Amino acid sequence: MSQIIISKQHQTAIEEAFLQQADLFQKTSHSTSPYVQKVRREAFANLEKLGLPGNKNEEYKYTRITRALNKHFAPENIKPAYAENAIGISQLILSGIEANILVFVNGKFSQQHSNMVSPPQEIIISTLSEAFESHTNLIERYYGKYADSKTDAFTALNTAVAEDGIFIYVPQGKVVSAPVLIYFITDTTEEKTVSQPRNLYIIEENSQVDLVESFHTVGEQEGYHNIVSEIVVNKQAVVNYHKIEIEGKDTYHTGNTHVVQTAESLFNAVTVSVSGGMIRNNLNLVIDAENCESHMYGLYMLDQETLVDNHTMVDHRKANSFSNELYKGIMDDKSKGVFNGKVYVRPDAQKTNAFQSNKNILLTDDASIDTKPQLEIWADDVKCSHGATTGQIDAEQLFYLQTRGLDKRQATALLLKAFASDVLQNIRIQPLREVLEKIISQRLQKDL
Amino acid sequence: MLTIENLHAKVESKDILKGINLNVKPGEVHAIMGPNGSGKSTLASVLAGREDFEVTEGSVEYLGNDLLDMNPAERAREGIFLAFQYPVEIPGVSTTNFLKTALNQIRKHQGLDPLDAVSFLKQMKEKMQLVEIDQSLLSRALNEGFSGGEKKRNEIFQMAMLEPKLAILDETDSGLDIDALRIVANGVNKLRTSENATIVVTHYQRLLDYIVPDYVHVLYDGRIVKSGTKELALELEEKGYDWIKETANAATI
Repeated sequence: MSQIIISKQHQTAIEEAFLQQADLFQKTSHSTSPYVQKVRREAFANLEKLGLPGNKNEEYKYTRITRALNKHFAPENIKPAYAENAIGISQLILSGIEANILVFVNGKFSQQHSNMVSPPQEIIISTLSEAFESHTNLIERYYGKYADSKTDAFTALNTAVAEDGIFIYVPQGKVVSAPVLIYFITDTTEEKTVSQPRNLYIIEENSQVDLVESFHTVGEQEGYHNIVSEIVVNKQAVVNYHKIEIEGKDTYHTGNTHVVQTAESLFNAVTVSVSGGMIRNNLNLVIDAENCESHMYGLYMLDQETLVDNHTMVDHRKANSFSNELYKGIMDDKSKGVFNGKVYVRPDAQKTNAFQSNKNILLTDDASIDTKPQLEIWADDVKCSHGATTGQIDAEQLFYLQTRGLDKRQATALLLKAFASDVLQNIRIQPLREVLEKIISQRLQKDL
Repeated sequence: MLTIENLHAKVESKDILKGINLNVKPGEVHAIMGPNGSGKSTLASVLAGREDFEVTEGSVEYLGNDLLDMNPAERAREGIFLAFQYPVEIPGVSTTNFLKTALNQIRKHQGLDPLDAVSFLKQMKEKMQLVEIDQSLLSRALNEGFSGGEKKRNEIFQMAMLEPKLAILDETDSGLDIDALRIVANGVNKLRTSENATIVVTHYQRLLDYIVPDYVHVLYDGRIVKSGTKELALELEEKGYDWIKETANAATI
């Protein structure tokens, strides 16, 4: 492994540590299938080539994640920490709902906190490590096919070292009535920790499922999640995907969600970031068939020094599909938002309708947002639009509400809740929506 | 109820109000008329507490208190209501939801318990009839996508719900067709009691056919240059504002 390290210049200690970890993993894990081993080897080679993004990397220029990781994590910190004693987990889990609950603590599946309610003929849920053994056909067909380790170093890193996560397979023609709630909890009570879960969700033709990935922190020390999820939305399937981030102020997060849609399918994504240290979400959507519909909603409601960076990419490869994207941000204190939305409309994707909008409210002079919509269109018969706005609370609206007897604080809270509701109303799992609304209300009561 | 003395106000560095005197008693309807740019809407805004305007001189006493010392919400809770010339659209907030919050704030200020859902809905139903407004409109986001007439009716509906002591209608007639005007005026008239007062700000006499004022004041260049009874409004309608301007300008010189 030392040859690798010598050949790189300006390599950070954290990158070196991850490469060593990956290298060791390649050499010692021979139990899994040859296919998975091959995927890991390729990812490792890509990671060596790419390196973790440095300060000059255009895709990460507002989110200096490598620098932050290098500062806060020593080589001995990058493994999953011991967490058998984790307390306070049950209160993080949504109650009052019939749902499949799957809990990971520091990357390890926790049987104790998990509970499956859907029958196996409706949905197959297992850990990814089990699926490597028992669903080899599906793994060989789908695993690592959509998450691109050639261009994103964190996807490459995850692919090279990931051992476990969730595997979901919804057979043809099934509507899964109970949502699947997957909790990824970082427990830093004992020590700093890094976990790299990996998920694969395959939704077959004409099926429907609600998925939630929810990120939380227990403990006060630094933690880091590097997660990758691949979602395969087959013909006429409907997938409602949610990513919820309610993490501690010293946690770091890089997440890559790769979605591929085939004909006449519907994919909805809602990403809500409420707290954390530094969060980077990449949501990549490939629309590889006609007559697909996709909605991507995002809300980042930030305070203190939280940084949330949402990079989305929609790739329209075929004709007659529709995508709509709405990301909204409320930045308080010294928090920082980043939004980058790429929309590609390929030459064959005629009659595409693609819309994108990013709206931000800054509550203080120290809060900031960097927003960049990017449309690249090669087809000539399409309807596309994008726009970004950044501002303060509308003074006219504020005055109007005050003249009806609401004080400034109440009026501000009402306006911000309304601003956020455009996104939150797209969460169709009611108890989840209510929990988020409550968190946001409490935040508004506290801060304003 | 309301005593305005020598009120001066400016926006940025421009003087708009240059010494307004006005006295309004419970049960009275005062019409403030005047040509465009005379300061009518500014007066309405200053009374409601809009921060863009700076009061540089004079005083406003309302129910024995210094009105200028109160913020907009306190004024509203003390019974002042401004019906906006251009009601603001507020996406994501339904009229019903917001009115419930507003009404309960005002009730709290008056030492009353908040209205429960049933009583609130009952009161809403009654007041809806007053301005012939539809339930579906009230479930929608406040004023968003409403027609001009719907917005104005919604203003009067809110006024009916909040039961102010002093209502200020800022050009409520602008942009209304005659049927909508009649509905709005009818609503205002039904809300009149011997306890509350109304200030109607308008450019045209037409509205005053329906909301009959006790007093008419003509505002020009930041001052009330002429006061009279409802006959003054008819005279203005007939002769236009030019003779007022000439008289006022001559007096200043």
